[in-house]
Amino acid sequence: MELSQTNNKSLSTNFFALAITMLILGISFGLLGALQYAIPGFLKEVFSFEKVRPLHVSSVVFWIILAAIGSVIVYLQEFGQIKIYSNKLLRIQFYLFVVSIILIIISYVLGRFGGKEYWEFPPIISIFILLAWILFLINFLITIKRLKNMPVFVWMWLTGVIFFLFTFLESYLWLLPYFKTNIVNDMTIQWKANGSMVGSWNMLIYGSSIYLMDKISGDQKYSHSKIAYALFFLGLINLLFNWGHHIYTLPTHDYIKHISYVVSMTEFIILGKIIYQWKASLSVAKKHFHLLSYKFLAAADVWLFLNLFLAILMSIPVLNVFTHGTHITVAHVMGTTIGINTFLLLAFCFDIFKDKFTLSNKWESIVNTSFWITNISFLFFWCTLILIGILKAKWQMNHTIVSFSSFMIQLQPLFYVFFFSGFCLSIGIIVITIPLVKAFKSKKVISHDFSN
Amino acid sequence: MAYRQVVILFSILVASFLMYSFYLYNNLPFKPSVVNKESLNGKDIWQEKNCNACHQIYGLGGFLGPDLTNVYSLKSPEYIKAFIISGTDAMPKFNLTNIEINSLLAYLKSVDASGNADPKKITLNINGTISN
Repeated sequence: MELSQTNNKSLSTNFFALAITMLILGISFGLLGALQYAIPGFLKEVFSFEKVRPLHVSSVVFWIILAAIGSVIVYLQEFGQIKIYSNKLLRIQFYLFVVSIILIIISYVLGRFGGKEYWEFPPIISIFILLAWILFLINFLITIKRLKNMPVFVWMWLTGVIFFLFTFLESYLWLLPYFKTNIVNDMTIQWKANGSMVGSWNMLIYGSSIYLMDKISGDQKYSHSKIAYALFFLGLINLLFNWGHHIYTLPTHDYIKHISYVVSMTEFIILGKIIYQWKASLSVAKKHFHLLSYKFLAAADVWLFLNLFLAILMSIPVLNVFTHGTHITVAHVMGTTIGINTFLLLAFCFDIFKDKFTLSNKWESIVNTSFWITNISFLFFWCTLILIGILKAKWQMNHTIVSFSSFMIQLQPLFYVFFFSGFCLSIGIIVITIPLVKAFKSKKVISHDFSN
Repeated sequence: MAYRQVVILFSILVASFLMYSFYLYNNLPFKPSVVNKESLNGKDIWQEKNCNACHQIYGLGGFLGPDLTNVYSLKSPEYIKAFIISGTDAMPKFNLTNIEINSLLAYLKSVDASGNADPKKITLNINGTISN
């Protein structure tokens, strides 16, 4: 493998460095938002919640997208022992993301919106993201043509890259009057796009996690096995057809809801597989738990189990009636974004940059302690959201008796717990990222620096 | 699993998804009709002020404020107007013009007319499905 000796700053490192910056920004805006729940009106006149929430959401979305792209670039080259097709395209793609992020942050801070969830910025900015993704697609497709074989994780990356583009375009159909003029039509298409889009970036991340598991175990049998492909197709079916669970209460077509209900129930198979393999996973975990990257993979496994269980319950329409519009949905979103996506992405970062830093005993102990602080405070955070959600579900059934503002005042002590656990969680994650930030600055050349 | 089998299965699923998508685009839940221009302007203001960050429509959006799907019929236009003009403990005054406020009201009226978002009024069926 040819390494650049002239420039230590690889392009993939740039993706990770920007991703970690967005993670830290996302955490900071999230904390500010949580504080605005606990102290109503906090910074209302200068930095109110309608600015803070999209800043938090977009920062986290970019953390996920950029780190997912970074890991696909590194792992694809590492697996195939090939170089990415074009560094130039990759470089242009990176700067397109930089420009879009700067414009998005400026538009939010100035209170200039116009888009829809998760892309609340003025739609014109989306052109930069669209172009960046098209370049990624071209680079990815030409690169994988040179692969000698296609294990399941390459299929997952391919699915993620293609469907992100499709759903991103679909999420802007509302600009056309044909879709825009009726709220139910508009929301149906919006949540069709959003639901599948999340599935798309999950495909990128889960693909990389399978590659990393193979790498740690030193055995590639799993990524070529029938069970791996069966689970991939199950995931793909869910990505394509289960988005309707977001809109069970919307007066849209019944068949959308029925298809989604049936497809979502297939996730029981994944849940069953996790339970069935629990014992075997534990013995593997014991063997590799000393590795930082494995620690996060193992934690993501536990959070996957908890969130999958919650997701399945929420996908049953009669239960969804109670959980929809409550903080149980937020618990699910936070659970998957932090517990699964963020932990997996951190696992990739620690694997990819492991040669760029050596942790002293003191730092090893700090990172280990932070790992546990992160997980324990996250459990409190998650449970608090579920509790608030249960109370909101109860209130929704009696909303004519107690006003919304009185109900929010009753919840205030829980919002303080929500903020405090979120604060501990944030500290934990920020401390964990310190060795990574040092690694990004390191002059040492590492094996994935092929993209200069 | 053989490469050919994967390609075939993948293609079938992608084709099914595309057919499903385009069928839906051509058969939207409601026929796109001529809509009140004021209401459409109101929708633009809703998005430009990012009202969805705190409020929900059909339970989708932020949770700092209440769901506004049926606020138009549950309260009154004057009640909503008073909130928009004065703000609340958590909501800033957006300093909207009278025309903008009326457009926003027209939008909320059209949302209200589109259906019900009150979970109490949804019928739960024994097979796990719901009817609203």
